[in-house]
Amino acid sequence: MRIVYDNTKCQGHGRCYSLSPSLFDTDDEGFAVLKVDGDVPADLEDDAILAADNCPEYAIEIQLQ
Amino acid sequence: MTDVDRSPVTNWGTDFDHTDPEYAARAPEIWDELREQCPVAHSERFGGAWLPTRHADVAAIAHDTEHFSSEGVIVGEWKPEGLAPMGFAPPITSDPPFHATARRLLLPAFSPKEIDRWEPSARQSCNELIDELLAGGDVVDAGTQYAQHVPVRVIAEMLGVPKEDGDKFRVFIHRILETPGQVPEGLTYEDTLAYYLSQIIEDHRVNPHDDLIGFLIQTEMNGVPLSNEHIFGTIGLLLIAGIDTTWSAIGASLWHLAQHPADRRRLVDDPGVLPIAIEEMLRFYAPVTMARIVAEEVELGGETLCPRDWVLLPFPAANRDPEAFEDADTFIIDRAKNRHVAFGLGIHRCLGSNLARMEMRVAVEEWMRRIPDFELADPSAVRWSPGQVRGPRELPLRLLSGKTS
Repeated sequence: MRIVYDNTKCQGHGRCYSLSPSLFDTDDEGFAVLKVDGDVPADLEDDAILAADNCPEYAIEIQLQ
Repeated sequence: MTDVDRSPVTNWGTDFDHTDPEYAARAPEIWDELREQCPVAHSERFGGAWLPTRHADVAAIAHDTEHFSSEGVIVGEWKPEGLAPMGFAPPITSDPPFHATARRLLLPAFSPKEIDRWEPSARQSCNELIDELLAGGDVVDAGTQYAQHVPVRVIAEMLGVPKEDGDKFRVFIHRILETPGQVPEGLTYEDTLAYYLSQIIEDHRVNPHDDLIGFLIQTEMNGVPLSNEHIFGTIGLLLIAGIDTTWSAIGASLWHLAQHPADRRRLVDDPGVLPIAIEEMLRFYAPVTMARIVAEEVELGGETLCPRDWVLLPFPAANRDPEAFEDADTFIIDRAKNRHVAFGLGIHRCLGSNLARMEMRVAVEEWMRRIPDFELADPSAVRWSPGQVRGPRELPLRLLSGKTS
């Protein structure tokens, strides 16, 4: 599983950071920062789906290989 | 104001009025009916206004700053003109490109990590208020004695104004949001928000403080200090925007819990579900409807919107659209998939959303910890506010349990 995060769509709602802090951080202005590069660790796959399913701006997509 | 049409609404598709008492009483049903029958409703009132109720339309407008200006955000008889791109309360009333720079000044103070700093103070305020409630009778007004005070105290501390000024804030809010455009008789300048702001800004200029007002006075934008109008407008915004909105959301959450013992039980047995539950509260009882002014002619849902028309952006209606949410009309306390738009979408996403969430979470958490059982004391006495911020203003609850600490 991979996360495709489009920072041009992010408006800093902060949903991903509050729900899945292992995968997302925020910058000083509150915009999301993706913490993982490449495959999502197996134990964080549910967190990744949760983050995508709660992004109001559809800025996070999940890709299954 | 004699020429203003305040007659009762008989057709919500062609003559809606969001300040009508019926809208206050049953807006969610009106949105559902309109979405089915007339998804882009129109009214000749307020000089011409539109009310879209589908998620897709609301989202499209929120993301389209070319055809829709934020110069006006409160639909009333007064329609701002010639104030773009800053508007009277930047950045909520600002358009690109001014908007991004003005907003960026404020974002750090409202980021999730920075908001964490205010949580202990919010928690203390909630407990002080609950102490007072429990010292009184079994029936309390959770709207006027609890919900409304929580955001007032926090924003007063962030801005750097006395929290005792909360009563004044509420008068300003009522005047601006619930009865837009109506000027009460006998009002003097000393009674106005404008006078209040001029006084607190002057005080901060004379006695510099390390708070938000102090920051706005000393900061620069593009190398230049902010204009007086900018400082004035932004402080007014921060003072007004965060109070009755969050008050509404906390009140609606308690109104819901008072009537749903299973949801109360879930929060007591499984406190970890609270953050997710707060998001469902926000979806189901989203308080805020924003507005835009049409900047350029544009088609929406088969209708032609003309320049200078008002457009309401009812985020709560979008949150109940079955095209966007499974079981949209059902409150699901642990809803896992929830792209609700209670805080708007696009570049104007609510600046204070992290603050509002923290205040809601703490207010509900402390209430449930100390008063796990309660019910509506008199359902007919609950009064929902008209206008663009919807919530229970009076909310009499009977407390069935209560812990002193």
